[in-house]
Amino acid sequence: MKGLFAIMLAALLTDNFVLSKFMGICPFLGVSKKASSSLGMGAAVTFVMVCAAAVTYPIYHLILVPLEITYLKTIAFILIIALFVQLVETAMKKLMPPLYSALGVYLPLITTNCAVLGLTILNIDNEYGFGQSLVNALFSGLGFMMVLLIFSGVRSRVEEADVPETFKGVPATLIAAAILSLSFLGFSGLGN
Amino acid sequence: MSNYAEFTKGLIKENPTLVGLLGMCPTLAVTTTAFNGIGMGLATTFVLLGSNIVISLLKNVIPKSVKLPCYIVIIAGFVTLIEMLMKGYIPSLYKSLGTFLSLITVNCIILGRAEMFASKNRVLPSIMDALGMGLGFTGALTLMASVREIMGAGTWFGIKIPYFQTMTLFILPAGGFFVLGCIIALVNKLSDKKPPQEIGCSSCPANGDCSSCHSEGGAR
Repeated sequence: MKGLFAIMLAALLTDNFVLSKFMGICPFLGVSKKASSSLGMGAAVTFVMVCAAAVTYPIYHLILVPLEITYLKTIAFILIIALFVQLVETAMKKLMPPLYSALGVYLPLITTNCAVLGLTILNIDNEYGFGQSLVNALFSGLGFMMVLLIFSGVRSRVEEADVPETFKGVPATLIAAAILSLSFLGFSGLGN
Repeated sequence: MSNYAEFTKGLIKENPTLVGLLGMCPTLAVTTTAFNGIGMGLATTFVLLGSNIVISLLKNVIPKSVKLPCYIVIIAGFVTLIEMLMKGYIPSLYKSLGTFLSLITVNCIILGRAEMFASKNRVLPSIMDALGMGLGFTGALTLMASVREIMGAGTWFGIKIPYFQTMTLFILPAGGFFVLGCIIALVNKLSDKKPPQEIGCSSCPANGDCSSCHSEGGAR
């Protein structure tokens, strides 16, 4: 059993969702143009991740395992996430309009963000307990947000840089991501 | 368009990965060996074929307001099927693809083809479309995985290449971004028509469906 601190460090730095697990690449490249939208997307993802981890854990262990239908976990989890995102959107709109206006636009995109589904499945595969799942969810989300924020800074420089014609746009962004990923490699071995 | 043209368009001209820039996560994550790349590509093709057939058959039955959840359930069903088949018959590949096999469910290519093609066309063109797109994806993955495996490990499909100086960088996560960037740049160079310069959520079908997206990252 891994300690909570080790899980936290891994989720945040060494096994970062974007840079070493390659989950959530679409929002990473799509939304990281401005620091404000990176922050919004990161916060929305973190929120949904924690809630999804809190909901899928009891559903897996109290419904799917006793009924011996664990092979349905992909279907069950994606439905839960889709339902949950919808629910959060509606509730937020009604109860917390300021928060909704800040995060609302990112919510529908989260259903198809593979980081959320990936997290819930990894929690099960790693046999994390409830507390460990929640810590993993929280710090994976924060790690996602951190990378988005860092990358939004990098990107504003890349856009202005004089790159070769063929590399303009997406290729230059990807190469910048490669360098960022390389720098995160420096954290590997931490927490072992 | 003829069925043959539906098939060939996905292979190169509208290649989902290199031109459409969809499905980036598996493209980067599982392409450390050529075998994994081809396995992931074929698994995705299988799911795409199944979901395209079912969705084009049910296109008049599924109510418009709940179409996305319906599509996702159909896709997730096929993903579960391929997971079980692979676990039974190719356990080594099942192990190395890991979570990404389940994550085929949220691959933008599949949802995108369901929304843009299968829900508007008859079964036969949908089958051709799925095969073309799936094989285009497989080709792109295999190409990328080959580059990474040869450069990073000095092998190709597990066969050792003699006298080759390897660079471990290429099989590290950073190498994935690097190789993909270079391949897309190459495609940019070779094609006369400029591929989309934007990547990300704008091409995702879930995006068009949400009426509340107005800022960047939303409907562009």
